[in-house]
Amino acid sequence: MTETDQSTTDQTTGGGSRPLPGAAAAETARRVFAESRLALLGLVITVGVVIVAAFAPVIAPYDPTAQNIAEAQLLAPSLEHPMGTDQLGRDVLSRVLYGAQLSIQVGVIAVGVAMLAGVPLGLVAGFYGGYTDETVMRAMDVVFSFPAILLAIAMVAILGQSTFNVMLAIGITYTPIFARVTRSGVLSVREETFVDAARAIGDSNASILARDILPNVVAPIIVQATVSLAFAILAESALSFLGLGAPPPAPSWGRMLSDSRNFMESAPWTALFPGLAIMVTILGFNFLGDGLRDTLDPQNDTESGGSI
Amino acid sequence: MGYGAYVLKRVLLIGPILFGVSLISFGALELLPGGPVEAAFGTRANPELVEQLREQYGLNRPFHVRYLDWVGDIVLNQDFGQTIRTERDVSTLLATSLPPTIWLAASGALVSVFIGIPAGIVSAVNHYEPEDYLATFLAFLGLSIPNFFLGLVLILVFSLYVPIFPSSGFVSPLEDPVEGVRTLVLPALTVGTAISAVVMRMMRSSLLEVFSEEYIRTARAKGLTRALVTNKHAVKNALIPTVTVVGLNFGYLLGGVVIVEQIFAIPGIGRLTLTAILTREYRVLQGSLLVIALLFALVNLATDLLYAYLDPRIKYD
Repeated sequence: MTETDQSTTDQTTGGGSRPLPGAAAAETARRVFAESRLALLGLVITVGVVIVAAFAPVIAPYDPTAQNIAEAQLLAPSLEHPMGTDQLGRDVLSRVLYGAQLSIQVGVIAVGVAMLAGVPLGLVAGFYGGYTDETVMRAMDVVFSFPAILLAIAMVAILGQSTFNVMLAIGITYTPIFARVTRSGVLSVREETFVDAARAIGDSNASILARDILPNVVAPIIVQATVSLAFAILAESALSFLGLGAPPPAPSWGRMLSDSRNFMESAPWTALFPGLAIMVTILGFNFLGDGLRDTLDPQNDTESGGSI
Repeated sequence: MGYGAYVLKRVLLIGPILFGVSLISFGALELLPGGPVEAAFGTRANPELVEQLREQYGLNRPFHVRYLDWVGDIVLNQDFGQTIRTERDVSTLLATSLPPTIWLAASGALVSVFIGIPAGIVSAVNHYEPEDYLATFLAFLGLSIPNFFLGLVLILVFSLYVPIFPSSGFVSPLEDPVEGVRTLVLPALTVGTAISAVVMRMMRSSLLEVFSEEYIRTARAKGLTRALVTNKHAVKNALIPTVTVVGLNFGYLLGGVVIVEQIFAIPGIGRLTLTAILTREYRVLQGSLLVIALLFALVNLATDLLYAYLDPRIKYD
C-alpha cells in the first residue's frame, strides 16, 4: 500500500477537484504508476490479458472448438497440451486464451453501455438538481435495490440468451454506479467560479456541461470504469457458469468451469486453469483500480468491494 | 436534520423504492412478448389452450388491473399466486426456501467477520510491515477469486480428496446442529471469503485512524502497553464502521448466495429463482425477485440507520 492509503480517511469531501486536461493526462498516468506499485502490477497483468485476447488466434496452438473425443478426451497436461484437454478433447490452453477475448470484449462493451447511460444521467441529475435529480436518482435506487448478479440473471432470462444480451444486462446493472459517481462529481464543481464565469459569458447549459463540468469529473469515472471492468468480467463468468452466458461452443471461462464439474475429481485441470484465468484477470483490474483511486481520487473512500 | 427526522425520511423513502421494485418484478415478466403462458408452455402450445389459460389467469385484463391484483393479494393475503404447471402455492415455495438462504447469508457474514477482523487488526498493528503486505495481498486474492471457482476448489479438496465435509444439500442447524453446521461450512466459506476481504480492509483503515487519535496517544503515554491499548481501546472503536460494512455488502452476499446455492445444491431462494427462470414459472420469479429486493432494502435501511446512530459525524442527506 502507498502513503496515500491513509490519507483517504482524513480528507474532507467536496471542492479541490483539479481539471484534468489532455496535456496533463500523461503526466498524471506517470505519477500514478510511480506512486503505486500495485497499480503498476495491475497494469502489467491487464495489458498482458489484453494482448492475449488480441492475439489469441496467433498464440493458441489449437482451434478452441476442435473436438477430438476419440483420441484426446480429458488428457492430463503434457507438452502437447500444456493445460490438458477437456471432455470433448478440446485443448484447454487454446480455450483459456480465446476465453480472454470473450471476457475482455463482454467486459469492455458492458462497461461502455453502463457509462453511456450512467454518465449523462449523472451529469443531468447533478447539474439541474431539484425534481430532475430526485427522479433520476430514485430510478437508479430502484435498479440498485436488486443484488446486481440477480438483476443480470433476470434480464438475460427475459431478453433471451445471447452474448449481446449478456453485455446489455451487465451494462444496465452497472448504470446506477456511474450515475452516482458522476452526480457527486458534478455537485462538487457545480458552484466553482469557472462554471459561474462560463455562465456569465453566456455559454449554454450543454456547453458548460460538456466543456467545463465533464472534464472535471473524468478522474472518478475512470477509476469506477476500471473497477467495474473487474465486476463485469466476473459477472459474465458467473452468468456463463449458471448456463446463462454466451451460448456454446464459445470458449467462456465460466462455462468451462461449470462443464468441468462432472469430472473435476479425475481431471482437475479442466477447472483449475479457467478458474485461475478469471482470478488473475480480476486481480489485475482490482490492483489497477485501487492504485488509480489512491492517486486520482483520494476523496473517494469506498472499499474496493462491490456487488456482482 | 435530527436523527428522528432522518429515520422518518429513510423509512418513507422505502415506499417509492418498493413500488418501483414491485413494478419491475411484475412488469418485466408480464410484458414478455407472448405473455407468461406461452413462456411457460412454449410457442407450440395449442392456441385454444393458451387462450383458455389466459382467461383462467385473468391475463386478458389491462396491465394496471393485473398489477394491482398481484400486489393486493400479496399485501392483504400474503398470496403470491400459483405456479402454472404444478399449481403449487408460490407463497409456500418462498417460505420454505427462505430459511436456507438466511442461514447461508448469516453464516457467510459470520465467516467474513471472523476472518476479516483479526486480519485487519494484524495488518494495522504491523502497519507497512511484511504482515501488513501479506494480509493486504491475501485480501485482494479473496476479492478476486470468483465464488463459483472457490466453491469448486473447496469441494474438490474437502469433499472429494479429503472427504470431511459434504459437497451438497442443506440440513437446518435447528433440527440437527452437528450435521447442519457440517453442511454449512463449505458454502459459508465460499460466500464469506470475498466480504472478509472488504471487512479486513475496513478494519485496517479504521483502526489506523483510531490509532492516530489523541486518547490512544494518551493511553500509550501513561505507559500502557501497545497490545493493551489495541485490545482495550482501539479495536472497540474501530469495530463500528467495520460491522456496518458487512451490512452494506449484504447485496453482494445475497448475489453470492444465489450462485453458491447452485454449486452446493442448497434449496434456497437463489436456487428457486434460477429454477423458475429455467422452467419459465413467472409467478415464482416475480415473487422471489420481490422478496429478495425487499430483504435487501430492509437490511440496507437497518444498516444506514444503525450507522447514522453510531456515528454522529455523518451528515443526514
